[in-house]
Amino acid sequence: MNVELKNIHKHFGKTHANRGINLTIPSGTIQGILGENGAGKSTLMKILSGFIQADPGSEVILDGKPVYMDSPASAIRYGVGMLHQDPLDFPPMRILDNFLLGLPSSFFPNRKEATQDFNLLAKEYGFSFDPENYVDSLTVGERQQLEIMRLLFLGARVFILDEPTTGISASQKEKLFATLKKFPEQGMTVIFVSHKLEDVENLCDRVAVLRGGELVGETKPPYNTSKLVEMMFGKVVTLGERQPAQTGDTVLSFQNVSLEDTRLKIKNISLDLRAGEVIGLAGLEGSGQGMFMRACAGLVRPVSGKVILKGRDLTGKSYHTFKREGVNFLPAARLEEGLVPGLSLTDHFVLAEEPKGIFIDRAAGQKLAEDRIKSFNIRGTPTSTVESLSGGNQQRAELALLQSPLSLILLEHPTRGLDIESVIYIWSKLKDRCRQDGAAIIFISSDLEEVLQYSDRLLVFFSGRVSEPIDAATTSVEQLGQLIGGKNWPEKGGAHA
Amino acid sequence: MNQETLLVGLAGVLAAAAPIIFAVMGETLSERAGVINLSMNGTILLTAMSGFAVAYSTDSLLLGFLAGMLIGALVALIVAFASITLKQSQVAVGFVLALTCRDLAYFLGNPFMGVAGPRLQAFPIPGLRDVPFLGPLFFRQELITYVSFLAIFLAWLWIYRTRPGLMLQGIGEKPAAAYIRGANVNLLRYVYTVIGGALIGLAGPAYSLGVRAGWMGTISGLDGIGWIALSITIFGGWNPARAAFGAYLFALLQWLGLVLQPVLTQVPSQVLQVAPFPLMILTLLLVNIGNAEWVERTLAAMPEGARKFFAKLLRTMRTSPPAALGVTFERD
Repeated sequence: MNVELKNIHKHFGKTHANRGINLTIPSGTIQGILGENGAGKSTLMKILSGFIQADPGSEVILDGKPVYMDSPASAIRYGVGMLHQDPLDFPPMRILDNFLLGLPSSFFPNRKEATQDFNLLAKEYGFSFDPENYVDSLTVGERQQLEIMRLLFLGARVFILDEPTTGISASQKEKLFATLKKFPEQGMTVIFVSHKLEDVENLCDRVAVLRGGELVGETKPPYNTSKLVEMMFGKVVTLGERQPAQTGDTVLSFQNVSLEDTRLKIKNISLDLRAGEVIGLAGLEGSGQGMFMRACAGLVRPVSGKVILKGRDLTGKSYHTFKREGVNFLPAARLEEGLVPGLSLTDHFVLAEEPKGIFIDRAAGQKLAEDRIKSFNIRGTPTSTVESLSGGNQQRAELALLQSPLSLILLEHPTRGLDIESVIYIWSKLKDRCRQDGAAIIFISSDLEEVLQYSDRLLVFFSGRVSEPIDAATTSVEQLGQLIGGKNWPEKGGAHA
Repeated sequence: MNQETLLVGLAGVLAAAAPIIFAVMGETLSERAGVINLSMNGTILLTAMSGFAVAYSTDSLLLGFLAGMLIGALVALIVAFASITLKQSQVAVGFVLALTCRDLAYFLGNPFMGVAGPRLQAFPIPGLRDVPFLGPLFFRQELITYVSFLAIFLAWLWIYRTRPGLMLQGIGEKPAAAYIRGANVNLLRYVYTVIGGALIGLAGPAYSLGVRAGWMGTISGLDGIGWIALSITIFGGWNPARAAFGAYLFALLQWLGLVLQPVLTQVPSQVLQVAPFPLMILTLLLVNIGNAEWVERTLAAMPEGARKFFAKLLRTMRTSPPAALGVTFERD
């Protein structure tokens, strides 16, 4: 299906999110849309998918016919379907019910027939699901596959994917790309929205770059990466060289620690972590790295073994004891677990300080907030509520909330969904803190490049097995990808370092 | 106790549970859609009074029940309007309505205190009434009790087996996802809250024209039922079948409290009267035990086979509230 966007404008109050965008996407192509956070990509895609409506005068033209889409449901009737960054599905429901929900069917849906349709469709695209299983048992990548199936079944001819590669594993990404590459043959159009250059370069037939709500350029392969980056940011951005760690005393040591929950058992982890060192944890989501990290934070108690922090045995102690000893944990879900929606930046900084009396010193809080906002380059005011900040700025706020002195920083997907500029900024701040406080960092990321770029050593997790610590400098993305997928492991599991 | 009195007693339990069934089914529908109707306790009292008053004045039981449903629907409409349209807190509005409706019932009900009015008569179903065991248990009830059986079945069927029911689950779980699947979220929330309110409004007359006929003001003994029904809804996991189990369990415990009084003379009668409440909570906690973390840890230590079995069992028993319960929906 041929998609034409003509003179698209969109205002949110005073913000001019889309400024006269003109873009034509021919049938049977994979179009990349690049741009940093806040460039207007999401707004444009929400307009095309009917989620919001553009200002009057804007036009969406499908196969030569101007269309007006007042809801996502009407968009899908025209053949436009969107896969959202967080899959819009129903985790506690069964996969089949989730699939059936919203499909045209009889009043009493025929589950037997639906199961047959579902299995047939899954087979056609090489997905495998148990329709009676629950959605919350699936990974994000599988939930995406489920949404893709649903959209296909509804007859989508234009697929919009919003940052689909955040939060899925490398092998799932491969599978997703393989699936998407089949679509153009069937006359379908794919619109792939991302801030990840590598993904766009690997997949897309053409790329459009947005900046500040405007279309700043279109290119075709072969792509020139530094040119694309320059278009995205309006200036040259470089990643910087790897910095070798200057390691000091042992901060954290795990001695034969075993962890378990209902799904996983990890046996006999031994590890010494030194001050100034950064350790990356890689693995498919749910392979045990989350549990390992929560054990480092004192949120999960080891079944056996010892956890020693700066010479003190903290085995079995509570999260608060760990925190008093300088362990800070920044979970992946910023708004759910890290920050308090509804509270302003000032409130957050005041809360994080050592309490002095029971009354709040507003003036001091205000001053503290202003200082931190400045030094952490947060785009917001002391009175902004945290949910009104963009993802990158929420992450900066979280960094500004780290306590002092620190001994260990635990980060779960610290840069998920952020553009390169924010990523570089956040890592430079983190490394600064590391040096200043003699702290160590452990982080989880599904972005293999990030793991290799920023960690000194890394641990790979595969269904409860943990690798020996691996030197990041001498490992390639391919090697790491294979380990994550369970290939090239030594015969016997268990880590000793 | 001989078999016949036992059967009559248990049949009484089924009848006594009927009003709670209506309230719980109504609340379940409303909460499934994402709206907490906290006014329930007041609504039951107000509709008990007004249902009786209308039936007394018009000498029509049907009009009495209809009046109850209408008032229940109106109160629910206030909750829906305040929360969906005005985006106010459902808890605050519901709570105030619960108190207001209760006091309104006592105040407006004064003229009808203690007067003798019409009430439902038993309506044995020909043929079925004489089936051994089942006949005396199920088929010699009042009409409204049969309707309560039907309500459980229909609510369950609607939620789990129909297309609109799937969407109902969706709008309470993740309204944005339901919206992209074509649902008019706010309209549907209005509809389900009002229908739920009408069902809750059936509970009042079911008392005042049936189980506890008449209106006795503050000594009607109905104050508090609404809160019990609310907790049964929650512990019932927003599933009509499980919620019905909770309602019958509660009625059974209350009945046992009465029956055991002459037998257990050494136990103070107050204990037996109050016992159903904590027993109820304990039982329901046990049903929901799969939610607890220590259970998960215990499971992890079990051998593989047993672990799989129990994990599966607990997964089916586990419940989680509709994720968007009490959250307003705005498309941005």
